[in-house]
Amino acid sequence: MTFYDEILRLKDTDYSAVFERVTPSQIDSILAKTELQPLDFLALLSPKASFALEQIAQSAHRLTLQHFGHTILLYTPLYLSNYCVNQCLYCGFNATNDIHRRKLTLPEVELEAKAIAQTGLQHLLILTGESRQHSPVSYIKECVSVLRKYFSSISIEIYPLSTEEYAELIDAGVDGLTIYQEVYDERIYDQLHPKGPKRDYRFRLEAPERAGQARIRAINIGALLGLGEWRSEVFLAGMHLAYLQQKFPEIEISISFPRMRPQLGDYRPEFHVSDRDLVQSILACRLFMPRAGITISTRESAELRDNLIRLGVTKMSAGSSTSIGGHTDAKDSIGQFEISDKRSVDEMRQTIAKLGYKPVLKDWHDLSWGGKKDNETVSIS
Amino acid sequence: MSDKLVIGGRQIDSRLFMGTGKFADYRLIPEVIRASKAQVVTVALRRVDFGTPEENMLKYLPPDIILMPNTSGARNAAEAIRIARIAREAGCGNWVKIEIVSDQKYLMPDNFETVKAIEVLVKEGFIVLPYMSPDLMAAKRMAEAGAAAIMPLGAPIGTNRGLKTRELIQILISEIDLPIIVDAGIGRPSEAAEAMEIGAAAVLVNTAVATADNPVLMAEAFGLAVEAGRKAYLSGPGSTQRFAEASSPLTGFLRNEESEK
Repeated sequence: MTFYDEILRLKDTDYSAVFERVTPSQIDSILAKTELQPLDFLALLSPKASFALEQIAQSAHRLTLQHFGHTILLYTPLYLSNYCVNQCLYCGFNATNDIHRRKLTLPEVELEAKAIAQTGLQHLLILTGESRQHSPVSYIKECVSVLRKYFSSISIEIYPLSTEEYAELIDAGVDGLTIYQEVYDERIYDQLHPKGPKRDYRFRLEAPERAGQARIRAINIGALLGLGEWRSEVFLAGMHLAYLQQKFPEIEISISFPRMRPQLGDYRPEFHVSDRDLVQSILACRLFMPRAGITISTRESAELRDNLIRLGVTKMSAGSSTSIGGHTDAKDSIGQFEISDKRSVDEMRQTIAKLGYKPVLKDWHDLSWGGKKDNETVSIS
Repeated sequence: MSDKLVIGGRQIDSRLFMGTGKFADYRLIPEVIRASKAQVVTVALRRVDFGTPEENMLKYLPPDIILMPNTSGARNAAEAIRIARIAREAGCGNWVKIEIVSDQKYLMPDNFETVKAIEVLVKEGFIVLPYMSPDLMAAKRMAEAGAAAIMPLGAPIGTNRGLKTRELIQILISEIDLPIIVDAGIGRPSEAAEAMEIGAAAVLVNTAVATADNPVLMAEAFGLAVEAGRKAYLSGPGSTQRFAEASSPLTGFLRNEESEK
């Protein structure tokens, strides 16, 4: 069984009927529970729950403080390549878009690494478009071997791989996987991904499980908000998260809430997701999955991000660029989407501290640190 | 009266051990340690940034403490061993708190993997303090493997739920000839005092202090509670009774027949 079976089981959920039955006293009793069931989670995503948003926020804040303390982990994305064979209607790297395509050479990767490392960040997320010709696994591996000299944690946000390929990258020093299903509604998924290998909904959906089988340390998933109806999309993403926690209890799981941003091309999201909706999504997930990480990127504005810190968020990107070579020289390249919060890492650190939180730059240690010795018995039975 | 706690050949004057996670500002940590009078301080190696002075938590610790790096993040014995070795190589001394968690939902320690890690690290000269689920057989195996103390959880980590495992910890205190240090779950000073009253050798606290509105004051409160609990334990509290005991006994009229012989 995979999460695809779960999707099939949930396919006929009558969301409006469930939402219709939600009562204010039900929200109160959910807030008094220590462990939430899927239907509780769904009730928290209902239109009626939005009237109790402040009450839900107080619970989410307390729960986050209890499990994560006053800490926010910072990371930054590094775009390695924008070659792409897919035609995702909502993406700036769409193969049909006429943009300058390039990938970083290894010396360029090193320059970017140095520039990022100077900011103090230790957690890096590397990204590529989907092109097995231009950015094959072997290329990503070479990049990782350069980058691990500079960072204590390297995550990938690339096209979905096989279990063996994930194992290969983990062996090279990758410890985290970020992969968004984009949209869980399979019908909309088909419409938005007209060409390219990304058409395979199921292969993408099951990617986190394959990485789990390859024993990756951390997995971050999410739905791109705006592509589908947000309440059901967030519900399915939350169910995906719960499924992964159940199946791979040793993996640190987290969820992102990327909202559609303006990008090259004329796609405009069909579903509006307001700030209030975004907050309700984050809070419901926090209560449903108290120990999961919650990530919010620079897609969101500085003001909104500052307010979200107290509402369950545990990880934030900072000093981001979505273009190739953007950390050293971004003049000639168009990004995947527009950044909204343009503050530097330094500014983010100061702001987070001012808000009473500790900006955490390092939360994992590369276990090959100092080099493994020949006589070292790391694996024991 | 002499009441010394000795672990790994070191005499420890404070029976409150302090964790350093979840604080809003590293600069709070020395104040918290001072207020609590804690002497043994645990630090997650995964959070130590050796390369950046202002981000290196170790730089904020008073010089006279006993540093106990922990292996937070380790999912199995091999990773815990590796983390312990890295910590020692980096100059963090030879104490280590083994923390192996293969379940991210409840963060329950993995006793089986922990025993394996102790076996290896003790042979390498580490002073090993394992964080564990309070199970007597596992504790015995850990003691046999050479652990310097046993650190059972009072409740799942970070929950502030108190001494939920009291009965099981009581058994460890009775049966294991090593200091039993209650680690995790203690949310209030009264609960720390309770652990000390039943004979725990020490208590380790982190979340309850780090997430208090005034962490420094809470640290001081914990220090006092641990001291009070220890003194109560040493003073041999009277047994508790279900009913009030009359000072004029009901059977006082019965003569002692033996003495009449």
